[in-house]
Amino acid sequence: MIARARDRILAAAVLTVVWVLLWGSFSLLTLAGGLLVSMLTLAVFPLPPVTFAGRLRLGGLLRLAVRFVTDLVVASFQLAWTALAGRRVPRSAVIAVRLRVRSDLNLTLCAEAVSLVPGSLIVDMDRAEGVLYIHVFDVTGPSDVYRFRGDVRDIEDRIVRAVGSDAEISCLTSVYDETTGSGAERPGMIDEGSSR
Amino acid sequence: MNVTAVLDAVAGACLLGGALLSLAAGVGLLRFPDLLSRMHAATKPQVLGLLLILAGTAIRLATVVDITTLVLVGVFQLVTAPVAAHMVGRTGYRAGLFRRDLLLVDELADARGRPAAPAQEVRARGASAPGGSRTDPE
Repeated sequence: MIARARDRILAAAVLTVVWVLLWGSFSLLTLAGGLLVSMLTLAVFPLPPVTFAGRLRLGGLLRLAVRFVTDLVVASFQLAWTALAGRRVPRSAVIAVRLRVRSDLNLTLCAEAVSLVPGSLIVDMDRAEGVLYIHVFDVTGPSDVYRFRGDVRDIEDRIVRAVGSDAEISCLTSVYDETTGSGAERPGMIDEGSSR
Repeated sequence: MNVTAVLDAVAGACLLGGALLSLAAGVGLLRFPDLLSRMHAATKPQVLGLLLILAGTAIRLATVVDITTLVLVGVFQLVTAPVAAHMVGRTGYRAGLFRRDLLLVDELADARGRPAAPAQEVRARGASAPGGSRTDPE
């Protein structure tokens, strides 16, 4: 119940900030208006609760932001170069990546981050299993696929270390050992088939 | 005087870079072989392009009211672009509007080729949870 109230207060705060930014000036009037509008919005359009269980870590957030911007710039120029100068027909792949932390928030943030970096597009996701199906652009061989899977896990790693709870971070390392131990070229798919 | 000149140069570079990236995105849209590849060109380089253009505009305008609006434009672009790309990509994939021969690996096809039992279980769970993402129209 307390967590639920906290989620709503957080959502109202974010909406109020958006409202104040839209007005472009901070005053008591815009603040009060923002609070009123955000509470109305939350009451009229109740969203499925997204639980924010962790806490914000400054170092993790900074690392996430810096890596995100570099990825965005590098990959944008790569894609632009392929578009302008590419001679061969670019090949692609659709790969499944199982995330280690299965909360809705982590799934959403990872999907957003992965699809903002050019060269990857979320085609589908399995919410219950925490699997993202990602279309990877300009793949030349299996090594690219393997490398990309590692990249996605690194992104998840950075996100969880930026906004996750301690339990989620520990889950990150323990499950990781398990999957690398089995040398899973296709994580999730194999274990799942054998467990059923 | 000097500072304004430098700021103007930076703003100009941002605007030009953003415009070029958007142009490259357009070229990619025409040149790439199938829908899924084109979605990459349609949604990504122009995100950075737009951000650069917003940055350039912010430097030139340099008033708080305008900059807050520009920040909001950027944030909403970052939040909505992946969703739009995902919706088009998912629909395109399910409708088969892509060239399978260009895919080196397709693990989604493998997963969907599985026996129906797990899929049904997922569907049942998805139906009980509001906003379940996996509502499979099969």
